[in-house]
Amino acid sequence: MSHPHSADLLDRRLLFVTGKGGVGKTSVASALGVLASKRGKRTLVCEADAKGNLADFYGVGPLGFEGHQVRRGLTAMTMNTEESLKEYLSLQLKVPLLARIGPLARTFDFLANAAPGVKEILTVGKLTWEVREDNYDLVVVDASASGHVVGQLGSPVAINDLVSVGVIRSQTEWMIDMLTDPAITGVVVVTAPEEMPVSETLELLDRLDFETEIDVAAVIVNRVLPELFSHTEYEVFEQLRAEPGSSALNEAIGDGSQAVLQAAELATSLRRGRLPHLTRLREELPSGMPLLYLPLLFHRSHGVRVTHRVADALGEELGF
Amino acid sequence: MPTIDPATTTLEQLCTAKEIVVSTGSGGVGKTTTAAAIGAAAAINLGVKVLVLTVDPARRLASALGLERFGNVETRVPDAAFAELGVEPEGEMWVAMLDTKQSWDDLIRLHAPDVETREAILENPLYQNITGRFIGSHDYVAMERLFEIHNSGEYDLIVVDTPPTRNAIDFLDAPERMAEFFSSPLLRWLITPYRSRVFSLAAKPFYSVADRILGSQFLKDIAEFFMLFQTMYDGFVERAEAVTALLGGPQTTFVVVSTLETAPSRETEFFLRVLAERNYHVGALVLNKVLPRVLLDVDGTKSARKLTHQSSDIASGLAEQLDPPGNDAGRLAVVLEEMGRNFLNYQTVARREAEQQSEISLAPDLVLRVPYFDEDIHSVRGLLDLGERIWR
Repeated sequence: MSHPHSADLLDRRLLFVTGKGGVGKTSVASALGVLASKRGKRTLVCEADAKGNLADFYGVGPLGFEGHQVRRGLTAMTMNTEESLKEYLSLQLKVPLLARIGPLARTFDFLANAAPGVKEILTVGKLTWEVREDNYDLVVVDASASGHVVGQLGSPVAINDLVSVGVIRSQTEWMIDMLTDPAITGVVVVTAPEEMPVSETLELLDRLDFETEIDVAAVIVNRVLPELFSHTEYEVFEQLRAEPGSSALNEAIGDGSQAVLQAAELATSLRRGRLPHLTRLREELPSGMPLLYLPLLFHRSHGVRVTHRVADALGEELGF
Repeated sequence: MPTIDPATTTLEQLCTAKEIVVSTGSGGVGKTTTAAAIGAAAAINLGVKVLVLTVDPARRLASALGLERFGNVETRVPDAAFAELGVEPEGEMWVAMLDTKQSWDDLIRLHAPDVETREAILENPLYQNITGRFIGSHDYVAMERLFEIHNSGEYDLIVVDTPPTRNAIDFLDAPERMAEFFSSPLLRWLITPYRSRVFSLAAKPFYSVADRILGSQFLKDIAEFFMLFQTMYDGFVERAEAVTALLGGPQTTFVVVSTLETAPSRETEFFLRVLAERNYHVGALVLNKVLPRVLLDVDGTKSARKLTHQSSDIASGLAEQLDPPGNDAGRLAVVLEEMGRNFLNYQTVARREAEQQSEISLAPDLVLRVPYFDEDIHSVRGLLDLGERIWR
């Protein structure tokens, strides 16, 4: 297939992972990083909102703006726009130190707080720059949540509209070129098989399509509940739940049988409740959009072990 | 007869005594739904005029209430929506959603000293970007609008849903940040060359660098924007202080919403600490999507283990005891083993969550556990069910 979406997810250079809050954005972003590095790619994973969660997913101490190697071929960092600005001023603009530490830097800082678009562009600028300099094969961004990501990705265009001349202008132009090249940049939308996340995903895909020129690389449905029973198996389960099955089961396995039956009921009804949302997502997704599924893993704890399990599941889903 | 200890809080009690309930928590934990459910329960039970103010740009509440795009205007949920469900509310339920751009424009209209300034600000490209395209300005206008509505004296109770910030405390700081912003000496520094032709020699290198990077038009837009904004300085700072005072006042309570997953729990812990440090009143902690306690059952574990280890033996014994008898023992064994494994899987998660809950220190007295519902709450019916469950 020569559809633009058929480009292998990990063959892109820059992936922005987004989704509604609570769907497991950071989990997927960190797992993508592990998977890519296991496949030999020099990978950077960057947490854009500096919440400090990414470090937990890699089982490391606090991460900073300076990249920290969390495993072979995998570097992790958190965005710090102030640091990004300093780096930008010195590396790209060759602004003399005096101006950097003087009122100019403070003005930028001030502006960054005033017009939040400045913060967004410092984030996007740093990451596109890492790709442009070929410092990494793949940069995975744990980006803003779906309500904010369009603003984040659109910041170079917004700044471009505001600033008609000057150095900034030429900078935003190459950023825009990279962001709008589907061979380089892709958005990964993480969602969950529930109503609101699905609605927000479809809404976001629309907005990305209308408001930006940025390609969506894949939609990943996280925490898909496994199917407990096939149709015929469910009939057997119904027999076990009703009398005389229920008493016979109690006889066979003891007083915990009720709890076990209730757990099975819970699992089937949870799955049944989520099914329509999965169906809706599948039906309303633009044709050709890759849709990946990650199962609910029932993990004991959180942390690096889970990240690796998610990475394995993701690899399987991608056919590795 | 012993008297009931009135110190034991309920939502009913909270909503009777407070004027503002702030529903807050990290993204995706159900704070919008919780806010709407509290609002609905209050309207039904208390005989008061309740407004649910949601500030979520994803407009979730609109679909939850079956009201399409009610926007910035406060709209009453028709009694018919309740009557359909056989409920006759004692009070009135109103809803409003925050339109950031519209609210900013209203603010400018309120604070601008004259028509010219007002129009100049509304047309300034930087202003349009701040209000329209860029994020972060939600926080401030949300708090601002809450103040405005509360001050109008139109409602007995306002339940406000907080914006999905990166960090749940961002919106608390928003008014103060706005005040700080307008008091910054940098503002003066930035607009000096545009205000007078004479500016200090020391500043010259700065402007030449800034000009090289940003271009003079942009600098001019910035300067103009801030000059115009400065005319509204007093109004903004005063307002910001009033909003901060309102949040910390005795008429306001916070309801912290969370799930028992790791990240939301951690954020909740952090948020409870910040609220405590600032002496804000935390009325309740609502834990959404919690798994039923039956999953922690010790006998359940034993039975489930039997099923996973001896499914074939148990199946052959059971096959003839079911109705109708004559089940395929192989299939029965598969079902039994699945049941056992399923219980143990969910038990793992339930235990993790129970531990997570025990680790939330600083929780208020009122902790409300809301189970997983079979379906997401997106109807008035669902809101009422949830409201009833947590109300008393």
